[in-house]
Amino acid sequence: MKPRMFAVAAALIGVSALALGAAEARPLKWASAGDALTIDPHGQNEGLTTTVNQQMYEALTERDHAGKLHPLLASSWKVLPDDPTTWEFKLQEGVKFHDGSPFTADDVVFSYERAMQPTSDFKGYLTSVEKVSKVDDLTVRIKTKGPNPLLVNNTSAIRIMSKAWAEKNNATKAQDFKNKEENFAVRNANGTGPFILVSRESDVKTVMKRNDNYWAKAKVPLEITELTYVPIKQDATRIAALLSGEVDLVQDVPVQDIARLKSQPKVRVTTGPENRTIFFGMDVASKDLKGDNVEGKNPFADKRVRQAMNMALNRGAIQRVVMRGESIPTGVILPPFANGWTKELDAAPATDVAKAKALLAEAGYPNGFSVTLHCPNDRYINDEGICQAAVGMFGQIGVKVNLVSQSKSIHFNLIQKNPPETEFYLVGWGVPTFDSDYVFSYMYHTRTGSQGSWNATGYSDKDVDAQIQSLSKEIDIAKRDAAIAKIWAKVKDETIYLPIHHQTLSYGMNSTLDVPVDVQNQPKLKMVSFKGS
Amino acid sequence: MLAYILRSLMQGLVVMIAVAFIAFSMFRFVGDPVVNMLGQEATLQDRAELTQRLGLNDPVPVQFARFIADAARGDFGISYRQGRKVSELILERLPATVELAVLSAVFAFVVGIAFGVYAAIRRDGWIANLVMSVSLIGVSLPTFLIGIGLIYIFAVELRWLPSFGRGDTVKIGWWSTGLLTVSGLKSLVLPVLTLGFLQLTLIMRLVRSEMLEVMRADFIRFARARGIPERRIEFRHALRNTMIPVITIAGLQLGGVIAFAIVTETVFQWPGLGALFVNAVQFVDVPVMSAYLLFVAFVFVLTSLLVDLVYVALDPRLRSGSAVPAK
Repeated sequence: MKPRMFAVAAALIGVSALALGAAEARPLKWASAGDALTIDPHGQNEGLTTTVNQQMYEALTERDHAGKLHPLLASSWKVLPDDPTTWEFKLQEGVKFHDGSPFTADDVVFSYERAMQPTSDFKGYLTSVEKVSKVDDLTVRIKTKGPNPLLVNNTSAIRIMSKAWAEKNNATKAQDFKNKEENFAVRNANGTGPFILVSRESDVKTVMKRNDNYWAKAKVPLEITELTYVPIKQDATRIAALLSGEVDLVQDVPVQDIARLKSQPKVRVTTGPENRTIFFGMDVASKDLKGDNVEGKNPFADKRVRQAMNMALNRGAIQRVVMRGESIPTGVILPPFANGWTKELDAAPATDVAKAKALLAEAGYPNGFSVTLHCPNDRYINDEGICQAAVGMFGQIGVKVNLVSQSKSIHFNLIQKNPPETEFYLVGWGVPTFDSDYVFSYMYHTRTGSQGSWNATGYSDKDVDAQIQSLSKEIDIAKRDAAIAKIWAKVKDETIYLPIHHQTLSYGMNSTLDVPVDVQNQPKLKMVSFKGS
Repeated sequence: MLAYILRSLMQGLVVMIAVAFIAFSMFRFVGDPVVNMLGQEATLQDRAELTQRLGLNDPVPVQFARFIADAARGDFGISYRQGRKVSELILERLPATVELAVLSAVFAFVVGIAFGVYAAIRRDGWIANLVMSVSLIGVSLPTFLIGIGLIYIFAVELRWLPSFGRGDTVKIGWWSTGLLTVSGLKSLVLPVLTLGFLQLTLIMRLVRSEMLEVMRADFIRFARARGIPERRIEFRHALRNTMIPVITIAGLQLGGVIAFAIVTETVFQWPGLGALFVNAVQFVDVPVMSAYLLFVAFVFVLTSLLVDLVYVALDPRLRSGSAVPAK
């Protein structure tokens, strides 16, 4: 070795040693209100369950904290040039499961088939899939029933487990509540992810250790040596645990505590928009409302009434007073990072009580009317407070609202019943596929067996339905985007829903950390790095 | 005596079935579990299928009969929320609640009697007055606030004790105990104080007033006249006679403490049965809710039976005659 090269090599070693010294490795305790319901990767499609599972299990693709799609277990993908119904995924080489067995195409085929079983809670993402097949050890093809230009968006939700492991432990079926036996995968895990399960006591703690053989460790900091998740249900206790240093990261800081936490020197609070919009829905189709005082007519069926109510909502006041500044008022039920969102769509009408009253009078309700509003009180941030504020605002234009707020288990049932048992309700909607189609098919499409399951408004327009259906077949992205814009223009004008705001999340943490808010509220803890304190 | 126990047990069984039935007929007002069990993408068909699969379409009496038939065989089904056997979940959570409840009861009983006796004997002393005033706080402050207050002082400000959880536990067979580790013991302090405080003040006030009552009785006056030392009168004669009603109340309270540790368990994220139940209610986890309510009914039946038996043992008058307390 020549002296100069030696010097360079020495410098490099020195630099890497320095880097190693700077990168601190520490355990991390993280808390939020609920616990993961299961660690079966296909058992429960619920936010926190996915958050915990994805530290151990990985999908073909993943979304970063801003919602952008990146390759993960798949290194690349394409639609076959000669067959628009078939996607081909190339898999990462050299990936190993926690038990040391290699990751291959067989595991992908197995996991997708498991996720498509009737008892899986993730089958909704794969309804367009006809068949998943292996081409070679590192290539998988997914054949869809028709062309599906957005299939890859759904792959980030389907986590891959080891086929051999599942077969050995008799866990080849997703968790089933009818069986009286517990599924092995409910409390055991074997994924390819950055953390390995050490122990799990439901509602107490889930302990994971760093996967030192993690296949992608060169690409991520992976500084947490031991990751412990603890559920702490009570807001005050959770914040106390953060202040006392017993936990390092709190995923759900109540809005009333944000200001107090920000004033603490050893605590950092990060805030950011969540992939969820909060809005009111109303029955626009029934001949007569049961809960109103107008006989023989449905005031909501008149577009002018809906516009008047949209104008009566003072979104700024709700943001300031109810949300203490932590929300983003909006005029559309689509979060800003989803495909199809534009600034123009997001604009809400200015609050104008006089104009709203005039519109109501024009529609034949100069003295307003009364109606019942259903609201959850344990689902969204300050959901009940939003409703109470809105009741006052609707009152200003003469619409007397009788508020019924109750637990989510009752509230959502009213909306999902067929026919729905609510005529005016609050709901929030996130878009896991990050595309407008998801909102259209659940919120605007006519309620049929498989579509419009959350459309309790009764809104049904054949043209709109046809346009929505065409979206899932259109392969030309530009044409598709134009169709999306057209549908939005139509439904926004119809004012079927009254958008309120995009929900904002706040994470509280020890000031040595800086974890950005994840738009899906599923922080990826392999990305955490500690700053020397 | 045996006949009496058997009869009480039979009555207890009827009580339990009645509780189960009332609980069962109220569950549908809690909400629909299917909403929580399926993700937001679920279609109307998915919901209908799951409802059918869980047997939730059947009339309530049919569901109830099925539940009782299964329960009689010791099968409480599988939790909707966690996908695990309910009997296993309850056994797993039982130690946490029992340790918390028993320690709180012992704390309340011992300290309550000590302070009660002191307040009765030195009824005009300033310490007695202070204790009585503080006990007013215990009676009037909600458990929730006491718990949060203690967390704030001892966990956030002083950082002596943990604010949540059970600390490290040790397994002895299926029983997990927090009594054998330092962190387990430290974790017990605040929840025990919180849960025991209300009982403590109740017992203390009861002991004090009973004791004052007894001290005025004739036999105490005669004992004084005989020249028996005051200490002996207080602890031998007066306290013993005070204990009968106190034990009855304390015993019944123990059932309540085990059954309703819900608030304390929620504040301290204590992994016991109360916390399990609260989560079950929010999720409409019907199998867990029914099993828990049945368990609570059982605890009450059992403790009142035990109290009756202790009562007989303590009060010699009840042992003679029919041997059965006329209650």
